Amino acid sequence: MTIAAVLIDHRHGAVTRPALEALTLARSLGTPVAVWLGEAPSADAAAQLGEYGATEVRVVDAADARVASRAAAAVGAASGDADVVVMISTFVTKEIATRLALATGAGVVVDAAGAELVDGKVETFQTVFAATWDVRTRINADKAIVGVRPNTTHATPADSPAAATVVVVDAELPEARERIVSVEPVEQGDSVPLAEAPVVVSGGRGTSGDYSLVSDFAELLGGAVGASRDATDEGWISHEHMVGQTGTTVTPALYVACGISGAVHHRGGMQASGTIVCINMDPEAPIFEISDFGVVGNLFDVIPQAIERIKEHRGA
Amino acid sequence: MRILVTVKHTPDLQSQRSFTDGRVTRTAEDGTMNELDENAVEAALQLVEAAGEGEVYALTVGGPDAVAAVRKALQLGVHHALHVSDEAIAGSDVFGTAKVIAAAVRKVHDEAPLDLVVTGMAALDGLTSMLPTALAAELDWSQLTLASALSVDGGEVTIERHLPDSHETVSAPLPAVVSVTDEANKPRFPNFKLIMAARKAPVTVWTLSDLALDPAQVGAGAARTTVIDASPRPPRADRIKVTDTGDAGTQLANFLIEKGLA
Ligand SMILES: Cc1cc2nc3c(=O)[nH]c(=O)nc-3n(C[C@H](O)[C@H](O)[C@H](O)COP(=O)(O)OP(=O)(O)OC[C@H]3O[C@@H](n4cnc5c(N)ncnc54)[C@H](O)[C@@H]3O)c2cc1C
Ligand SMILES: Cc1cc2nc3c(=O)[nH]c(=O)nc-3n(C[C@H](O)[C@H](O)[C@H](O)COP(=O)(O)OP(=O)(O)OC[C@H]3O[C@@H](n4cnc5c(N)ncnc54)[C@H](O)[C@@H]3O)c2cc1C
Repeated sequence: MTIAAVLIDHRHGAVTRPALEALTLARSLGTPVAVWLGEAPSADAAAQLGEYGATEVRVVDAADARVASRAAAAVGAASGDADVVVMISTFVTKEIATRLALATGAGVVVDAAGAELVDGKVETFQTVFAATWDVRTRINADKAIVGVRPNTTHATPADSPAAATVVVVDAELPEARERIVSVEPVEQGDSVPLAEAPVVVSGGRGTSGDYSLVSDFAELLGGAVGASRDATDEGWISHEHMVGQTGTTVTPALYVACGISGAVHHRGGMQASGTIVCINMDPEAPIFEISDFGVVGNLFDVIPQAIERIKEHRGA
Repeated sequence: MRILVTVKHTPDLQSQRSFTDGRVTRTAEDGTMNELDENAVEAALQLVEAAGEGEVYALTVGGPDAVAAVRKALQLGVHHALHVSDEAIAGSDVFGTAKVIAAAVRKVHDEAPLDLVVTGMAALDGLTSMLPTALAAELDWSQLTLASALSVDGGEVTIERHLPDSHETVSAPLPAVVSVTDEANKPRFPNFKLIMAARKAPVTVWTLSDLALDPAQVGAGAARTTVIDASPRPPRADRIKVTDTGDAGTQLANFLIEKGLA
C-alpha cells in the first residue's frame, strides 16, 4: 500500500486550506498521513485532518526548524515509510523538498497543479513558461516529492473520517551552520495570504498609489490585494503583495488586474488563474491578451460602478 | 575575496518559448543569461569592489550555445569565465545539475579557496529555485537563500530574507552558497570597453572527464524526473473586451455575477 505523507501547513494552530487541498490530493495517491512540525495540534485540528483522510498525525516538535536542513530532517523522520510526500509549494518548502530528496533519493516536482499514480509511478502536471505550456512529468525514482500550488485541488472531506491518531516522533536534527539572528513577523491582519486567496484584486502603476478602490473591491469579492512590481518598488504597498515571477505566484479562481500592463514577469505569476479580468486605459496593453473580460477604461470610474452593481445584486 | 557566480543560459522571456521532445528548445538567437543571474553577478562584483581585492568567476552548465551566458557576465565585469559542456549532461534534473556545478566549484576551490558561490533566486525557465539548496548540500557549505541584502564580515556572511510571513536575518560561516533576489541590487549595464574585451576574453571549457564525474551520475539517464509530455496551452477562448462608454463597470459586475464569482 502506498503511503502518502503530507507536510501540514498551519497558522496560529489552525490548519490552512491549502493543507486540506494537499491532503485531498494525497488521498488519490495513497494512504495519507499528516506530518506536523511544531507544538502538537489541538484536538480540533487533529480531527479536521482526520476528516480529510489522515490516518495518523505525526508530530515533530523540533526547535529551530526554520533552517532548511533541520526542517528536512524533521520531515524525513516522520515520513520514512512514505512513498510520496506532498507539500504546498512555497520558497520555504522547495528547500525542504530539495534537502529531503537528497537524503532519500526521491525525485521532486514543485509548483505542480496536480498529480496522479500511473503504473505505480507518480505523474504530475503543471504549467510553465508563464502558463503558456502544459507539462506532464513522470517521477522515475522510487520515492516522490510533490510540491503543489494552492488552489489547484478542490479540498473535500474523505467519504468517512480517518483515525488521525496523534503520534509523537523523536527526531535527531543535524547541527546547522546557519544561525537565525532575528525574525520579524509580517503583520497580516485577518486577510488571507495572497498565495491562498480564492480571489486576488491587484493594482499597478495605474492606481497612482491609491489602493482604496482596489482594497474595497478585494474585500467585496472576499479576496486578497495584489500588486505589480512597479507599485511595490514605488513603496505604495509592501513587497508581500507583489504578484509575479519573482513575487508570489497565484492561481485564484478570479484574478482582477487594475492598471497593470501585463509584463511577462507579472503574467508569469498569475496567468494560470481561473478567470482573469482587467481594467486598463490602454487598449494595446498586453494584459488584454490573457483576460477573459477586459475593460478599456479608467479604473477610478469602472471599479466604483462595479462595486455598486454587485452590492445592488446582493441586496436584491 | 574569491567568488563564483552561477549563470544559466535561458530562452529570452520575450521570445516564443517552446519544448522539443520534452526539453526546452534552446537556440543561440533567443537565449540569454537568465535575467535574475544579473543580480547574482552584481552582488559578487559589489562585494569584491567593496573588499578592494578579489576575483569573480562566472560558471555556466549547458550546451555549446550556453557560452553566451558567461560572455554576458564578462561584459558586466567578471574576471574569469567557465563553461561546463558535455552531451552526457543533457536532460539532467536539479540534482544532476547540482552535481556538475558542485564538481566545477570544487575544482576552482582546490586551486585557491573560494569564499562564496552566488546564484540567482530562480532560473526563469525551470523556475524550481531548488538548485541553490541542492548545491549547498552537495558542497556541504553554508546555505543562505533569497537574500535581499548581504554582507560579508569576519569570515561570516549575513543576509536579509523576506518571506511572505516574516523578515529574517541569517548568518553563517564561509564558504557559503548565497542566492540573491532581484531586490538585492540594481544590475549595472555593460560598458563599451568591457563589451569589446568580453569578445576576446578566454572561456575555459570543461567536460565531465575534466571534472572526474561519471556520466552515469548525470543527464537524462540519472534524472529522477522526466518530462513525458509538453503541449502549448490554447489561448483563452471567448475573450470579451469592452470600451467604457459609461456602463463598463456594470458590465464587468454582470460578467462576474453570471460566472458565480461575485
Ligand atoms: C528580473 C525582473 C523581475 C521582475 N519581476 C516582476 C514580478 O514578479 N512582478 C511584476 O509585477 N513585475 C515584475 N517585474 C517588472 C515588470 O517587468 C514590469 O515593469 C511591471 O510589472 C510593470 O508594472 P505595472 O503594470 O504596474 O506598470 P506599467 O507597465 O507602467 O503599467 C501601468 C498600466 O496602467 C494603465 N493605467 C494607467 N492609469 C490607469 C487608470 N487610471 N485606469 C486604468 N489603467 C490605467 C496603463 O495603461 C498601463 O498599461 C520584473 C522585472 C524584472 C527586470
Ligand atoms: C520547464 C522545466 C521544468 C523542470 N522541472 C524540473 C523538476 O520538476 N524537477 C527537477 O529536478 N528538475 C526540473 N527541471 C530541470 C532543472 O530546471 C535543471 O536541472 C536546472 O539546471 C536547475 O533547475 P532550475 O532551472 O529550476 O534552476 P533554479 O533552481 O530555479 O535556479 C537558481 C539559480 O541556479 C543557477 N543555475 C541553475 N541552473 C544552472 C545552470 N545550468 N548553469 C549555471 N547556473 C545554473 C542560476 O544561478 C539560477 O539563478 C526542469 C527544467 C525545465 C526547463
